Amino acid sequence: MENTLFVNSSPHIRSEVTTQRLMLDVIIALIPAAFAGIYFFGIRAALLIAVTVISSVGFEYIIRKVLKRNNTIGDFSAAVTGLILALNLPPTLPIWMAIVGSLFAIVIVKQLFGGLGYNFVNPALAARAFLVVSYGARMTTWIQPLTKATAVDAVSYATPMGVLKGGGELPQLIDMFLGNIGGSLGETSALALIIGGIYLLARGVISWHIPVVYVGTVGLFAWIIGPEGIFTGNPLFHILAGGLMLGAIFMATDYTTSPMTKKGIVIYAFGCGLLTMLFRLFTNMPEGVSYAILLMNVAVPMIDRYTKPARFGGKAHV
Amino acid sequence: MAEKKTKVSVLLNGLLNENPTFRLLLGMCPSLAVTTMAKNGLGMGAAATFVLVGSNLVISLIRKIVPDKVRIPAYITVIAGFTTIVQMLMAAFLPEINKQLGIFIPLIVVNCIIFARAEMFAQKNGPLLSVLDGIGMGAGFTIAITIIGSVREILGAGTWMGIPVTVNLFEPAVMFILPPGGFLVMGLLVALFNHLTKKKKEGNGLECESGCGVGCPGCSKAANGGEA
Repeated sequence: MENTLFVNSSPHIRSEVTTQRLMLDVIIALIPAAFAGIYFFGIRAALLIAVTVISSVGFEYIIRKVLKRNNTIGDFSAAVTGLILALNLPPTLPIWMAIVGSLFAIVIVKQLFGGLGYNFVNPALAARAFLVVSYGARMTTWIQPLTKATAVDAVSYATPMGVLKGGGELPQLIDMFLGNIGGSLGETSALALIIGGIYLLARGVISWHIPVVYVGTVGLFAWIIGPEGIFTGNPLFHILAGGLMLGAIFMATDYTTSPMTKKGIVIYAFGCGLLTMLFRLFTNMPEGVSYAILLMNVAVPMIDRYTKPARFGGKAHV
Repeated sequence: MAEKKTKVSVLLNGLLNENPTFRLLLGMCPSLAVTTMAKNGLGMGAAATFVLVGSNLVISLIRKIVPDKVRIPAYITVIAGFTTIVQMLMAAFLPEINKQLGIFIPLIVVNCIIFARAEMFAQKNGPLLSVLDGIGMGAGFTIAITIIGSVREILGAGTWMGIPVTVNLFEPAVMFILPPGGFLVMGLLVALFNHLTKKKKEGNGLECESGCGVGCPGCSKAANGGEA
């Protein structure tokens, strides 16, 4: 009869959710975007996805062995990082550069800082930033989607964000929604990304706050700071262009690098949106989603500190 | 400072145990800024070593004359004197490197390695030991920033000391010769250095002079002095 009373310390509420299951959900949610990338950019996109996923898992295995830590490839987090990285790359990137990207994401950003849960920025995004700085020309060589190909061979082609900066004819909004535009492998099809996002919301993997506030902020500033003066912008163009959907749904929502409280999350997502628009409109870079998220990632510990909830009966922090 | 300083240990101190860059983390500004090429690292290290040896010698000679209250201005004057000499020498004989290093040569005046050694060593020791300390520290600094420069140059430009190494094999990652690459390589090398030297220490048994009271495993002194 002694065992009927069970005394232990908190936490008392347990959940069946495991890291493995969460990561599997993210992979499932990314499948539409991955297929959209393969559909629009051909077999080369599939090759890039395969290479980054396999090399990421491989590097995770090797570095854990080298650091004499337990093996963590079973939690699929490395596969998710590899997949997200692939979706952030231009379809023409040389294979070995994609492998260097995986190396940077897994070994330097993730494992040397302690592994899953300790990385201070999103590994896939950090790897993207590393590749953009290191191989600028390669990382900004875009091709036409196959569905639009007029030339036999792939020619360089401007993304909607590039058109906005460099001039030219802006694509149709419906093409931007479906993904029939130039850009990174997995960022072009807003439709596929939204399907994945809805799956994640339904599974309870992410909450609506980050994507909605992030996209909303971008839309708001796009409308306010329009090309012909205040309140003349087209919010839909900025929402559908570039890597915003991919960033808002899959990268800004990374648990490790987003704040813990709802209030913090709203500040964080607003900051991402504001920085994205600042980069897009006022710098010489065409796209700013990746740097915006990276910068807000770094600010997360500070946001967490100032949004710490007061304990019951205690004084509020700050 | 209980252990007796031998000439050899003072000389070697700057290379490993108290390597200014990898262990004391002093002089970070030039270590990060000028190490885009191995050659720059070597030039910067040589210039700093010259100033370090000279200022250590002079400061150890004047340490008993200079009143404590005005020692910092006095040391700055000495260090600035040697920095001016080295700047003029480099401008005359190595104009190429001098141009590359630019402002960082005059900035040796406020290099914290030189200050730290003046305060921590030359002020308390005789001229011979101080010169040896200057040589050791200077060599440690030179070796460290040359290593950082080599890694960055090979990865970021595909050359070493200006000679093509890998530049024809694959595209070098430009990031390594940009500021973020400096921080990255620096951090990785410090980690590697700590990892390698830690292993060595564990092999010889922990050196614990007085017993710190923290109770690290393997430290017998702590077990006597501190509470378990």
